[in-house]
Amino acid sequence: MSGIPQALDAIPVLGILFQFLGYVVANITFMSNTTVAVAVPIALAALCGVMCERSGVVNIGLEGIMLTSAFVGWITGVVAVGILGPSTPLPLFGITLPLLIGLVAALLAGMLVSLLHAWLSISLRVDQIISGTIINIGAAGITGYIYSLVAAQSPVGAGQFSHYQVPKDVAAFPIVGWLINAVLSQGPIGIATIFIVVVLQVMLFRSRWGLRTRAVGEHPHAAETVGINVIWLRYRNVVMSGALAALGGAWLSMEAGNKFDTNLTQGRGFIGLAAMIVGRWTPLGAFGAALVFASATGLSTSLQISPPQGDLGSLMARVPGEFWEALPYIITIVILAGFIGRSIAPAADGQPYERESAS
Amino acid sequence: MKGLARTLKRVFGTAARPLAESLVAIVLALAIGAVLIAVFSGLLPGHSAFDLGLPYAAYAALLEGVLSLNGMTATLVYATPLILTGLGVALGFKAGLFNIGGRGQFLMGAVGALAVATVVGQSQSSYITIPLALLAGALFGAAAGFIPGALKATSGAHEVVTTIMLNYIFVFTTYWAISGPLALPGSPQAISVDVTTRNAALPIILGRDGHLGILVALLAVPLVWFLLYRTTLGFEIRAAGANPDAARYGGMRTNRLIVLTMSIAGLLAGLAGATTILGVVHQVAPGYDTTVGFEAITVALLARSNPIGVVFSGLLLGAMRAGAQSMQIQAGVPPELVDALQAIILLLLVINVLRRWLAGRSNGQRSAPAATVGLAQAAEGAQ
Repeated sequence: MSGIPQALDAIPVLGILFQFLGYVVANITFMSNTTVAVAVPIALAALCGVMCERSGVVNIGLEGIMLTSAFVGWITGVVAVGILGPSTPLPLFGITLPLLIGLVAALLAGMLVSLLHAWLSISLRVDQIISGTIINIGAAGITGYIYSLVAAQSPVGAGQFSHYQVPKDVAAFPIVGWLINAVLSQGPIGIATIFIVVVLQVMLFRSRWGLRTRAVGEHPHAAETVGINVIWLRYRNVVMSGALAALGGAWLSMEAGNKFDTNLTQGRGFIGLAAMIVGRWTPLGAFGAALVFASATGLSTSLQISPPQGDLGSLMARVPGEFWEALPYIITIVILAGFIGRSIAPAADGQPYERESAS
Repeated sequence: MKGLARTLKRVFGTAARPLAESLVAIVLALAIGAVLIAVFSGLLPGHSAFDLGLPYAAYAALLEGVLSLNGMTATLVYATPLILTGLGVALGFKAGLFNIGGRGQFLMGAVGALAVATVVGQSQSSYITIPLALLAGALFGAAAGFIPGALKATSGAHEVVTTIMLNYIFVFTTYWAISGPLALPGSPQAISVDVTTRNAALPIILGRDGHLGILVALLAVPLVWFLLYRTTLGFEIRAAGANPDAARYGGMRTNRLIVLTMSIAGLLAGLAGATTILGVVHQVAPGYDTTVGFEAITVALLARSNPIGVVFSGLLLGAMRAGAQSMQIQAGVPPELVDALQAIILLLLVINVLRRWLAGRSNGQRSAPAATVGLAQAAEGAQ
């Protein structure tokens, strides 16, 4: 139990840690670009969750909302291209009219599915988890059904939004150039996400709407006594938040790619749910958690493309790729189990609200 | 409708209302499904838009697929994992726990069975390998259920979130296992061993592909029923689900109950995974996944968490899966329709149940149907 052998044991660990840091710095440009892009749909789903749960409605239907919007956006684009014919994209973001129509349709679809969740969980007071489960199963079934009918005709989509090209001089700027490049070298939805995060964070903690939302999520009866319409506020938040998850869905089918596929979301809604919890129900925290989760993907992609040399290389080669994919979920469970610090959900989260009789 | 309910009540006693509610939901969902088929019929080659003949053709093909001899065994084969996992979910509902982890528990059961087939199968006869593989599947599944149970008991981490997260962790664990320790030696691509070459394939007891797992599922039903209604543990599970505070004041160790219930639920889902791998799939490649975990929620809700009811709802969903194939082959209607139908059935069920709940009929308030209680409990459990 003497300290010296232990200290000696620690040296290679430290060495590998330095090697790892060196590797990350060397590959930061590539990794940060991947990370920010992967984080966008996760963050948008998480923001939808934050808005819902802050006002007291649990939403595990994020996955279904995203999937529906991704599909509706894509298929509307297909129909719009069929009617309007091909159009020349604008230089900025490669915007075309069919793409815009698709995006609007995606947002409306997301809000419509959210309205179903709101109606079930707020008005009918159905168990919110069952309501979310119904949305997830139904979205997978109905989009899968129509898609397999449509796919046989190999339809032409409306294309995809293109990325903003950061000027070379800015990207080459020392120290911060890579960061600016990573954040801004994205399509319109990706860039909008960063603004939405900031705006929502300020709104939630500095505006009247934010105060009311948090009050309704923590103690709806007290909120009602000071004249806040709990039911209406919850409806509004859930339906509006649907547009955020819808944006994430549209990102998948119209910005990251230009096609739909069965189960296109692949669990991103559930990672979003995890990011919301790890981020402690705050927009900034959720975005940060989404970035951390996405950086695991960024790192594993980078490790495959340019594997590190030396001791670090042989160590990393032993870590199976599945570990990196599972890491976000492991982190979430560790945080939930309270090893890092308990995340406390809004007090009235998941509880249906019943107005006291007005006698 | 009322007359029918009354007649049914005389026949089935207290089960009449839930039964009638479920039947109404199923019939209505099929009608909505028919509308869905008709609306999108124009997308199928050779059909005009709003072709009213197509839903008829699709459902006829579905029925034909179920009622043929092969269709009936297929129904049983599809129903086997649904019944086993559904029993686990139902048991959770009874205890006030919402187990969404069926997917991960199923996959861990599959890994357990594959592990035995890989390690033991080459040197032992099937009389030793098969029981060992089923046991390992059950134990792996139980371990997968134990984790969220223990997390909830020790730290209060909500089981809905932890089971969803664990689902993904177990999916990746499975891929890692079949491309690493359980990989077929000498194979160029990552794939597990084939259990038929390792004396681990379940014997066929019925028709073309009705495997022994069907018996396992049918045997599990009375066991779970007995556990729930004839043992102290079952009483405590139901008591803790109905009112956790009262159960705690009554001296029950509710944390122990949570861990036990989740472990048993995992054990059942693990058995579902093991029987599916040993009886149907035989060899697992990366990308293998299951929808049984989510469908089991439909099964349990449709059955109002009643173990006997689970047999019927499991058979119903199994029949829909079996019929979906012939529906696709004969009428060209994609099998995803079955998933859509499931969601619609559930939706109609919760709406119907709630209308009754809100109406607060004089006799309906106290003797609420089991599912209403289950739903209310799950709602309480959600916080």
